[in-house]
Amino acid sequence: METLLSGVSILLQWQVIVALLIGSIGGVIIGALPGVGAAVAIAILLPATFAFEPIVGLTLLLGIYGSSMYGGAIPAILINTPGTAVNALTTYDGYPMTKRGQGHRALSLAYTASFFGGVFAIICLMVLSPVLAMIAPHFGSREIFLAALLGIVLVVLAHRGQIFAAGMLAAFGMFLNTVGLEPVKYTRRYTFDQSWLASGIDLIVVVLGLFALSQAFLLLLEKNHAPKDTHVSGSIFGGLKELLGLKRVATVSSSIGVLMGMVPGTGEFTSQFLSYTYAQKTSKDPDKFGDGSPEGLVASEAANNAVPGAAMIPLLALGIPGEALTAMMLSVFYVHNVIPGPQLFENQMDFVMALYMALIILNVIVLVFLLFSTNLLLKIIQIPTRFLGVMILILAFVGVYSLRNSITDCAIAAGFGVFGLILKRLDLPIVPIILGMVLGGIMETKLRSAMARVKTPLDFIDRPIAAILFGLIVLILILHFRTLYFEFKNKLRPEPHVPAVDSDHPNQQG
Amino acid sequence: MIAKTLQDMFKRYRRPGDIVFAVLFLAFSVFLLSQLGEQTQVVKRTKWFAQPGLWPTIAVWCMVAFGFLHWLSSAISDRIDGRWVEVGFWVRSLEYVAYFLIYVLLVPQLGYLLSTILFAVFLTLRSGFRGAGAIGIAALFGFIVTIVFRGFLQVKIPAGAIYEYLPDSVRAFALTYL
Repeated sequence: METLLSGVSILLQWQVIVALLIGSIGGVIIGALPGVGAAVAIAILLPATFAFEPIVGLTLLLGIYGSSMYGGAIPAILINTPGTAVNALTTYDGYPMTKRGQGHRALSLAYTASFFGGVFAIICLMVLSPVLAMIAPHFGSREIFLAALLGIVLVVLAHRGQIFAAGMLAAFGMFLNTVGLEPVKYTRRYTFDQSWLASGIDLIVVVLGLFALSQAFLLLLEKNHAPKDTHVSGSIFGGLKELLGLKRVATVSSSIGVLMGMVPGTGEFTSQFLSYTYAQKTSKDPDKFGDGSPEGLVASEAANNAVPGAAMIPLLALGIPGEALTAMMLSVFYVHNVIPGPQLFENQMDFVMALYMALIILNVIVLVFLLFSTNLLLKIIQIPTRFLGVMILILAFVGVYSLRNSITDCAIAAGFGVFGLILKRLDLPIVPIILGMVLGGIMETKLRSAMARVKTPLDFIDRPIAAILFGLIVLILILHFRTLYFEFKNKLRPEPHVPAVDSDHPNQQG
Repeated sequence: MIAKTLQDMFKRYRRPGDIVFAVLFLAFSVFLLSQLGEQTQVVKRTKWFAQPGLWPTIAVWCMVAFGFLHWLSSAISDRIDGRWVEVGFWVRSLEYVAYFLIYVLLVPQLGYLLSTILFAVFLTLRSGFRGAGAIGIAALFGFIVTIVFRGFLQVKIPAGAIYEYLPDSVRAFALTYL
């Protein structure tokens, strides 16, 4: 109770309240703008938040992270253009409902399902806190090393059909992390005698280049277009009641979102995929899926909104980010010398509680804001894409330059901007680079400290959690290769009319 | 049925230019591998797990191995037309890189406010928006960004050299907030 009250007092600071309001409403607007997305906004704002108290900076970023998917559902439902990539599935059922004149109903369902998923995840997070506080101290160096390794394995395997690309990009991220002066033996690694490489390549410079600058270049170079002028008529409060009739789908989808959110490297896409499959398999009207099924809409929105809350679990308990956005947030912790991990739960539980409550409040703010201002938002988002590109490029400058006032940083970020543009044009994943950088650094440090007490290879996994994590890695790899083997065997069968699993990647194993 | 539907939903496409990227990435990885001995050191009386070269070695070998497989999968797939058009698109982005770097160089000279407004207006014109309204909005955007980030959030951006020539009454304000 004392921890709870202490958390409330942290949350009641005016700076936290302002950050919460700006983050949550700003996040909805950013999410609703096709072509921007939470990653771009968080990358831009990240250096600015270093000047704030950790709770203020994190609340602002969490607000954007947690609310962008609410906003992303609006253009997905009304104009068949997902605001953020994770709202792509929402178009499948949301837009057909709009075409039938049920846009207000679809929006209402999306808002309430998102709210349900978001709050469900935070409740899970709160309920799990005592368990986490109990388990987290058992994570020593070798367990954290294995958890980070599991994260790398999962982020590579999660990019099905592009595993080779994900693997090489994750390795590239690990390589980037090693460039510069090595902190223990003080030797130079891949500096090519260049002084500007000696201090290494900053994660934030890479993040800003890959997410923000690349997006700006892309928007400036591609054909200009703006979202259509549209308007919602009819009450959008009905979804509150309708969701009660779909509570089974909402609960299961949110649970899947929580589980997938906790697993590093999987996140929103996998949770949506599984929830949608579950909803379709158990529905009385499976044929309606893809043609305006309320169940499909609820499944996808509840699942993707449950992920941000759950993604905080590995970040707070172990200091291991599961995806790019939590990797960015990790740098806010580090800048303020707040090290997420087992000690955070032991020593700063009030801080953790304040974060949980901030997450609940942001969901309430966003729901209320959206129920009353959807039409206003539809006017705001009609910004031509090239003008958005201009805005992002100008804002990205603040992010990069304010770090160290370094022209070199800006040039490196611009280089990563072009690299990110190429990856986006080729539809190759960017997230493995970021996770490779962060998890690679964690693995290097933790392996060094863990091995000091290890005499034989088996000693590394002689503790229960280490053994479980090692078993999981082996199991996941075996299951993956088993699936590949059966797919390969099926392809060898003489069935000339059966299409390839992915006709665009006939030779890309993965 | 479900598997087919979901496959359609999440299908990723090989795009034109895929092979060019695969070749360039593999060449870069092989170059890094060739530099491994030069660019990392073996420290005496240090165990393998604490060697500074361990993680660059793991990372670069993985880049080469996965990069080779990625290239191989592209090389044996059907050719997609439009490869060099796509490469041309990548090269065109260098124009905006140049504008961005000029802006970066201008900020310490002209100051954040003036250079941001000029940059916003220039990019708006370059993007094809010629109307007075669009130019006005761009200038206003540049102004707001400056006020919010430098004036309000006090983000670390150096004051412009040009501010030294301002009258005393305005100079202190400009140095702090613009």
